Amino acid sequence: MKILVPVKRVLDYNLKPRVKADGSGVDLANVKQSMNPFDEIAVEEAIRLKEKGVATEIVAVSIGEAKAQETLRTALAMGADRAILVVHDGVAEPLAVAKLLKAIADEEQPGMVILGKQAIDDDSNQTGQMLAALLGWAQGTFASVALKPPAIVTTDRRLNEPRYASLPNIMKAKSKPLAQKTPADYGVDMTPRHTTLNVSEPAKRAAGIKVADVDALVEKLKGLGVA
Amino acid sequence: MKTLVLVEHDNASVKDATLHTVTAAAKLGEVHLLVAGKGCAAVADEAAKIAGVAKVHLADDASLEHQLPEAVAPLVVTLMADHDAFLASATTTGKNIAPRVAALLDVMQISDIIGVDGPDTFTRPIYAGNAVAKVQTSDKKLVITVRGTAFNKAAREGGSGAVEAVSAGADSGLASFVSAELAASERPELTSARVIVSGGRGLGSGENYTAIIEPLADKLGAAVGASRAAVDAGYVPNDYQVGQTGKIVAPEVYIAVGISGAIQHLAGMKDSKTIIAINKDEDAPIFQVADIGLVGDLFKIVPELTAKL
Repeated sequence: MKILVPVKRVLDYNLKPRVKADGSGVDLANVKQSMNPFDEIAVEEAIRLKEKGVATEIVAVSIGEAKAQETLRTALAMGADRAILVVHDGVAEPLAVAKLLKAIADEEQPGMVILGKQAIDDDSNQTGQMLAALLGWAQGTFASVALKPPAIVTTDRRLNEPRYASLPNIMKAKSKPLAQKTPADYGVDMTPRHTTLNVSEPAKRAAGIKVADVDALVEKLKGLGVA
Repeated sequence: MKTLVLVEHDNASVKDATLHTVTAAAKLGEVHLLVAGKGCAAVADEAAKIAGVAKVHLADDASLEHQLPEAVAPLVVTLMADHDAFLASATTTGKNIAPRVAALLDVMQISDIIGVDGPDTFTRPIYAGNAVAKVQTSDKKLVITVRGTAFNKAAREGGSGAVEAVSAGADSGLASFVSAELAASERPELTSARVIVSGGRGLGSGENYTAIIEPLADKLGAAVGASRAAVDAGYVPNDYQVGQTGKIVAPEVYIAVGISGAIQHLAGMKDSKTIIAINKDEDAPIFQVADIGLVGDLFKIVPELTAKL
């Protein structure tokens, strides 16, 4: 069985996002970007299925700017067999991404697609469910369900601990096949349906106080009407 | 605008999450509800009484018992011929079903809205709530998930909507329900509790969680939650997790015990009215959002607090 694993390049998990002063978005210039952590878990799960002999080939897919190659190379270094990059500058909304993935799934005929349950940048949590709908497949999201293959599975944390790529595998990944495509190759219109009018900082909480001991805390709780 | 709200229920009663979503839908226009399930006529009658509801569509069929997206989404798509916007709560049920509906309608969903700014413009958090985006959609039909904590509950009484039966459509047979592992608890539910006591890695073990957190929660009549670190370490089950990818809560009082306050955790609780933090590290980020902080050893402080309440 072939497994398709889509991966997304996002602002690194450990970095705090900075909202641009002009309100046009979050500043992604000159900051570290890495594979979406949920996607890392998806790649790991696919590799484990291959190690168990369930899967025969793992194809990693990414949609985004040319730099997303780095993210795909990471997937290849972890153990994916080959990669497809659909080069697209600008916004790629989940609906358009799901349409591209459907076209790729039609071409590749995987037995399973494993996706991270959400990307930590737009927090949409849509792509897997949308892809399942477009393919008319079952979706394994959030509950324990018995699925008829082919199926879509989305991954949560705690499913596994993703491996680190070893140096020899990183070197080997450089020569694994990475195909470059465009949305036009798949006949998908990437025009966004949403326009972001403004991005702002969330309302800040006013600074709090520290209390000295438990008695003072009990008083405060009484004041709040909960004790 | 005619809206269709997916009612969350257990085939017996309407869940609170739906009441928040009804409030969001009412800002857009006329509110219709969909009750899909098996043997759920009582839910429809209850839903019809929610303030502001004009109509309840009732789909009662064995194939809808567990409200699996494969069965519910096609039903919603059929009903959307007569509605302009579909709204679901941003809970696991809603997040499962709404994107499937959106894809079938060729609509780009607006996830997890916290504000309605106009008929096509909404506010939603991105980057775990570290930024807030105002987005405008060009789609003719809207598919929306709603963050419950951002909207007040609609009253359970006062409405007099008509209940209308709709047919469920054919069973796709694509997926069958096996089980959902939910922890049974006598305590209030996390997402609707007035007070929450949450424990983190600082507790050190599941036994300590039970010994320290639970007595305090019982004393306060509070729900119990946990940080991802505590869940990852196996102290408590998955459904205790509060955070970006766990539950989003906004109780009146949130007590964080031994939780350092990673941004992913803060994303799930920073809209709480009052945040109380107990942590031995006075530089822990949790104190930056806490209204009341107490620095010290939780193993001494919490039992003393429980005893003095």
